[in-house]
Amino acid sequence: MIEARGLVKRYGSTTAVDNLSFDVRPGTVTGFLGPNGAGKSTTMRMMIGLDRPDAGTVRINGKNYHDLRSPLREVGALLEAKAFHPGRTARAHLTALAASNGIPRRRVNDVLEITGMGKAADRRAGKFSLGMAQRLGIAAALLGDPAVLLLDEPVNGLDPEGIRWIRNLLKSLAAHGRTVLVSSHLISEVAQTADQLIVIGQGRLLAQTTVAELSARSNSLEEAFFQLTEGSTEYSATNIAYQGSLR
Amino acid sequence: MTTATLTRSASRTAEGYGFRSVARMEWLKLRSVRSTAWVLIVFAAGMIGLAILVMAHQHWATMSPANRASFDPTNNSFAGPALGQLALGVLGVLAITTEFSSGMIRATLAAVPRRPVLLAAKAAVVGAVTLVAGEILAFAAFAAFAAFAVGEAALRAPAPHATLGQPGVLRAVLMAGVYPVLIALIALGLGAVIRHTAGAICAVVGILFVLPLILVPLGTSIQNSVGPFMPMMIAENSLTAVKPQSHTLSPGLGLGMLCLYAVAALAVGSWLLARRDA
Repeated sequence: MIEARGLVKRYGSTTAVDNLSFDVRPGTVTGFLGPNGAGKSTTMRMMIGLDRPDAGTVRINGKNYHDLRSPLREVGALLEAKAFHPGRTARAHLTALAASNGIPRRRVNDVLEITGMGKAADRRAGKFSLGMAQRLGIAAALLGDPAVLLLDEPVNGLDPEGIRWIRNLLKSLAAHGRTVLVSSHLISEVAQTADQLIVIGQGRLLAQTTVAELSARSNSLEEAFFQLTEGSTEYSATNIAYQGSLR
Repeated sequence: MTTATLTRSASRTAEGYGFRSVARMEWLKLRSVRSTAWVLIVFAAGMIGLAILVMAHQHWATMSPANRASFDPTNNSFAGPALGQLALGVLGVLAITTEFSSGMIRATLAAVPRRPVLLAAKAAVVGAVTLVAGEILAFAAFAAFAAFAVGEAALRAPAPHATLGQPGVLRAVLMAGVYPVLIALIALGLGAVIRHTAGAICAVVGILFVLPLILVPLGTSIQNSVGPFMPMMIAENSLTAVKPQSHTLSPGLGLGMLCLYAVAALAVGSWLLARRDA
């Protein structure tokens, strides 16, 4: 269970997150949606204490992340694909992280196996493709067998097989009673796994809803999403200029 | 994918993270990157190589009586820290700045949200590793210098050397090994403040090598009053000197000053690490 209350984050004169409140419940995959620059990553960074909110709080299972005694056993986070030293092997990276929270060494082998990293475990992580880096990030998130998972754009760089794998993984994690929050800027991708949706734009909450409810609002889910986020996209391109040459 | 490993285990150990487990992580991190070994090799080469280089250029036979009187073979064994301090300074810097440059810091801080615990663990591990390396090589440099001097005396001309039993010599050798440790800790603190590898290494070089040069044009009185507080001057004139010299801090006071610098750098680094977004 994640509870965000009145979160505010400013960078200089721009407000990245503006009075954001929502709940993320266990046992289901929650999609965290919004256009580029909506504040998704910033919000997730505040959840695990990387960024300090200017106002508001976010609680995970009733506690501030900073007060968790064994954070990796409670929350697994994949925020950026490359959160590792390029010279360290995948196994050494995971072994070091596991040691910090007293997670047994055999769990490293488990997560390497779960993520299909077994063969690459002893290669230096700097040589990994984006897809492999993403898998290593997911392996790190699963290390402590946490009840809460936060994944920022996890399908980035994955091939179709990898995308299908992660969809099934997320569903399975939620089916075991975990709280799973997955951000994306693609509603079609999120709809493959998520039931619940949190939609934000320009740092503000646009909707806390379900996939079924949102798709009922319009002809298609995508159309409903565009209507919802209209006016809060930071960079909008116009396609009028191309019409002449296409005809 | 096995479902068994995804099922949350009913019995979970309640132990949280703490200084010991975080230090264990830092130890595993330090030994799993190649830069650590390279830096220690450069440190060893500098400590031993410079001791032999200096010895090879001593000409006792042609020395004036005044120079013979002030000749301090212990102190002359420790030209190596001039290079060695840079190597271990780089070790201290890299222990934190590569976390920021690679993005690893986000994984680390997710595992250890109480940031001062993280920097304390890093300081303990960097301190322990550099202390072992520093002491081994201080004794090795001293032994290499003495062996070279004995050989020189036997083969060509008389060349004096010190022994550990002489007054102040053991203290000088021990302190020669502690000096690069304190530089590594100062560098770790600077790394936490600056967060960029190149910038932090520049700061270390600036403090160690450039600051003493800036004092030169300011005149003798400022050099004599401020100079003794420069880390490298402390190393050369206080820690490793057996024969007393003018305008220097005592060995104990010199060591105290270096400890103070290290504590200050780490305190500021820890404060900023805890305050800033990662």
